[in-house]
Amino acid sequence: MNDTAKIYEQGEYNFAYLDEQTKRMIRRAILKGIAIPGYQVPFASREMPMPYGWGTGGVQVTASILGEDDCLKMIDQGSDDTTNAVSLRGFFEKTAGVRTTHETAEASVIQTRHRIPEKDLREDQILVFQVPIPEPLRFLEPRETETRKMHALEDYGLMHVKLYEDIAKNGHIATTYAYPVKVNDRYVMDPSPTPKFDNPKIDEMAALQLYGAGREKRIYAIPPYTKVKSLDFEDYPFEVQKFDKPCGLCGAQNVYLDEVILDDKGGRMFVCSDSDFCEERRAAGHVGPMAGNPAAAQISGAQAEELTQ
Amino acid sequence: MSVFQSDDPLLQVRNVTRYYGDRIGCSEVSFDLWPGEVLAIVGESGSGKTTLLNCLSTRLAPTAGAIEYRMRDGSMRNLYQLTEAERRLLMRTDWGFVHQNAAEGLRMTVSAGANVGERLMAIGDRHYGKIRSTADDWLGRVEIESDRIDDDPRSFSGGMRQRLQIARNLVTRPRLVFMDEPTGGLDVSVQARLLDLLRRLVADLGLSVVIVTHDLAVARLLSHRIMVMRHGNVIESGLTDQVLDDPREPYTQLLVSSILQV
Repeated sequence: MNDTAKIYEQGEYNFAYLDEQTKRMIRRAILKGIAIPGYQVPFASREMPMPYGWGTGGVQVTASILGEDDCLKMIDQGSDDTTNAVSLRGFFEKTAGVRTTHETAEASVIQTRHRIPEKDLREDQILVFQVPIPEPLRFLEPRETETRKMHALEDYGLMHVKLYEDIAKNGHIATTYAYPVKVNDRYVMDPSPTPKFDNPKIDEMAALQLYGAGREKRIYAIPPYTKVKSLDFEDYPFEVQKFDKPCGLCGAQNVYLDEVILDDKGGRMFVCSDSDFCEERRAAGHVGPMAGNPAAAQISGAQAEELTQ
Repeated sequence: MSVFQSDDPLLQVRNVTRYYGDRIGCSEVSFDLWPGEVLAIVGESGSGKTTLLNCLSTRLAPTAGAIEYRMRDGSMRNLYQLTEAERRLLMRTDWGFVHQNAAEGLRMTVSAGANVGERLMAIGDRHYGKIRSTADDWLGRVEIESDRIDDDPRSFSGGMRQRLQIARNLVTRPRLVFMDEPTGGLDVSVQARLLDLLRRLVADLGLSVVIVTHDLAVARLLSHRIMVMRHGNVIESGLTDQVLDDPREPYTQLLVSSILQV
């Protein structure tokens, strides 16, 4: 009996909610996904006690790989304390009783919606993505039979048609999230709704990446240190968003920023989307240009207070 | 005749038969098509001409018979023994297919430029500027103005859509193009312009064409040879002017005499 197969008293949840047979089925799908990087493996997605769109795919993947000594971090849009992250963290605290954390470095399993932590991940960490629409060709080709055939035959011209349209209409590739990538020179993959800012992090990442789409019943994976190339044109190479200002609170450069409205008089600031990264920097004494602003201090103070609880 | 560039046929069709259950779609059709030759298949609705075209273009497997195509390396290959990948490559490089309804052959939700560029991108072209200038060049050849390059085909008239579809097919310089009633549903003056254009392109590019039409005028203007079909069988074939001016079969005589004389 492995450590996830603990039998609880009647009326209690099985470890991490899912029953053992389901976990085995999902683990098989994960292993197949790892064996064929970027390939979408169908799996018998279960009903979860949360609506589709809340990360039912990611939750099932996490539930299947979690062990009792794991430490779990939940990210929603980069933050640890927004609704989705709080709810899903609570879900696993209740059903698996594992340790949870906000700190990227401490976590062994990180489930995320959208963002990849700014801090480099390690080989002993696993990153789980919640995926709404796993098929990168879906909006170009509605037939599933046809998209499967296109993947099988590496018939990916259509993907570039989309990028062509972007340039023709906007003068540059305007896709900013779910930016298509080619994994290991073979499968074109949709890195879920991650901003393209994070695409370079997917490439040659030390951590294992697992992608789960609950409604669409697909799992795919990128093993550690796998080549992942963002699609582009020779004369319009792939590039990430640039922010002209540093983080308002911690002064970090070259990180992904969120806009925060401070008052109803047009006051706003840009802060790190990765809240753990920002807090760590502030704790280390980094100060951003907005840190002295009372409204901004209130926001960062509120975050710090929640942390200490 | 100068249009016949080679002694070897491009397409060899032998006893192609297609049944729909007990019913005959087309039966025992055999012919050769040479490079640069335009073959018209004519007949009334239900005579099996579209079934035959679909069999030839690998869209519908025949019940019996063999279709061989001379690949660019000169070898003759049976179309239904190619792998799916080879067949797809053939369809998007060496072949074209012009549908009667342009919406079937176009991506209606992407711009005209992307429609023309799709084949180029499918075969590995990754330079936006080059793809766009090639698309622009082809739009010019089919008389679509440059400033429409970023417009959706949804905003195009029927005639323009049909011309766009032709450009989209010809951009990879195919050697064989299938056309299914390319002028159907267009009004007469637009038809005339499209036929002019097609005739010029076919001659310029030395295309081989198999064109299905019920309109004998189209066959007369475009084709070198003609096959008349009825009830799934080829009942008469020969040079276009010969068949149309001096039809042998009673049914062909009927067809020819049914053309409205204004």
